[in-house]
Amino acid sequence: MSNKVWVYIDQFKGEVHPASWETLGAGLSLAQELGGGVTALVFGPQAGGVADETFTYGADEVLFADDSTLEEYRPEPFVALIARLVKESSPEVLLFPTTTRGRELAAMSSIDLETGVLPDVTALEVADGRVVATRPVYAGKLISKVICKTSPQIITTRTRAFPTPEADASRSGTPTKVEAAVAEDAIATKVVEYAESGGGVSLADAAVIVSGGRGVSNNPALEPPGGMDEKETEIWRAQQGFKIIGDLAGVLGAAVGASRAAVDAGYIPYEHQVGQTGKVVSPDLYIACGISGAIQHQAGMRTSKVIVAINKDPEAPIFKMARFGVVGDLYDIVPPLTEALHQRLG
Amino acid sequence: MKIVVCVKQVPDSAAKVVVEDGQVTWGDAPLVINPWDEYAVEAALLQGEAQGGDVIALTMGDEGAKDALKHALAMGCNEAVLVTDPALAGADSQAVAKVLAAAIQKIGDVDVTFFGKQAIDGDMGVTAAQTARSLGWPMLSLTSAIESLDPGAGTVRVSRSTEEGQQVVDSKLPAVVSVGKDFAEPRYPSFMGIRKASRANIPDWSLADLAIAAPTSAVEWPEINNPPAREILTEQITGDSPQEIAEKLADKILAEKVL
Repeated sequence: MSNKVWVYIDQFKGEVHPASWETLGAGLSLAQELGGGVTALVFGPQAGGVADETFTYGADEVLFADDSTLEEYRPEPFVALIARLVKESSPEVLLFPTTTRGRELAAMSSIDLETGVLPDVTALEVADGRVVATRPVYAGKLISKVICKTSPQIITTRTRAFPTPEADASRSGTPTKVEAAVAEDAIATKVVEYAESGGGVSLADAAVIVSGGRGVSNNPALEPPGGMDEKETEIWRAQQGFKIIGDLAGVLGAAVGASRAAVDAGYIPYEHQVGQTGKVVSPDLYIACGISGAIQHQAGMRTSKVIVAINKDPEAPIFKMARFGVVGDLYDIVPPLTEALHQRLG
Repeated sequence: MKIVVCVKQVPDSAAKVVVEDGQVTWGDAPLVINPWDEYAVEAALLQGEAQGGDVIALTMGDEGAKDALKHALAMGCNEAVLVTDPALAGADSQAVAKVLAAAIQKIGDVDVTFFGKQAIDGDMGVTAAQTARSLGWPMLSLTSAIESLDPGAGTVRVSRSTEEGQQVVDSKLPAVVSVGKDFAEPRYPSFMGIRKASRANIPDWSLADLAIAAPTSAVEWPEINNPPAREILTEQITGDSPQEIAEKLADKILAEKVL
């Protein structure tokens, strides 16, 4: 247990969050520069199986725990175990994926381990034996370089910022089982219920995002059903608009995003919001439909690889960031675009 | 029942933030209460109203940060406290968390402390969890609803919106709760609230008042830059009909090889 780089593999109910493999890849690159291998931590149900999978992605050592206190996720028993193991072996770097669990475990571990945390970094380099991390701040309006002067240097890596390493089924190893750090009666929280949310592609992991803005409610050709007041009519119109956006997303296997204006107007639930007070995303393809591109929306999607903007207003700021722009009504353009892409993608 | 809500003052989300001569600047854009924290204040006020408890807004910063506290007071918080000390300049998130934890302990007998999801300036999103751990309290992040809260029994039941679904968690009190936008729409400050806030006497607490030394910061920011300019050549796709535009656009998208 003397590897300098440790990586926490985030899993939920036995399924690894794919961002964990990106983090493992980042850890493998750091280990090449710092020397030694990578130790992975796998805690939770079916941790033994996940441990085997972790070897195929390149981990040199895997510590796993499948104690009943780790069956349902609550941060306290996970943090206690991370802190105990780290104190026993003193690694230099402790990496987490920036999932919601990863971020809070990193934060809480930093207190137990009396060190700092660099959350949501997009690049890592080594200078004078220490890690220098790149972090967007102000939702990417600025980019900072940060270092943690104490060890372990706790870092969480942004989803989709680091490549996923190739899995190699021929790689294997013997994971080391570790015992839980706290007993159930010493844990102040209990998970009493869990309900999975209904499908859909998550924004943070999406390679393609199709987003709608206020413009989705502006189809004059639609005849709303009677008996609705003005607000209900507006929402009904918007929902018809988001159906068109959803159809395009369906053909592309994309997640559906939205501007703050669309969310605040009640057109679509908040979990779809892209922007400074929503999610910051970085897909390969971002198609903005009826979104003007307010600065706080731009902050959430500016690092998308290819941006396509469809908007009626030729002056909309979104066009300044777009690789391809169409000045036109999304109601006219999006349905035939869906059809054209459907034909080409089969 | 005593409730604390931690807030931060940040540049408005519409601000154009840039680096000029190595300094971060946001021009004439106003400083506002961190938008995420308005949801935390709302959550705290709802609990205060339901339980008949006091809600105390807390921040760390310079005198100017009192404006964020005044916003919280105008929304309906009963009291506010500013922790300010020259020794806290450049404090990193874990140092801030230790200071907030010390202030919460000085306030005393606090049942629950609310935080927003993250601050829109540093985008760290770790202070709530670090404060919880510093206090040794359970951390209930991503809370979308408080199902029940019994200060007498010292228990709370919350619903959490996780990546995968909805989790219901029972916890002992005191606890730290961080909330997202799905908790409840924050109320606007009332006219009476604004008047009350403008006259409020907000105490300054120094590190000496908290009886702690300045916590050591572990994180340094050697560089901050504007993002590299992106060379974007926008190609306008035109055509005689929506079909023609759509066909052209589909071909262009495929040629980028991002699908």
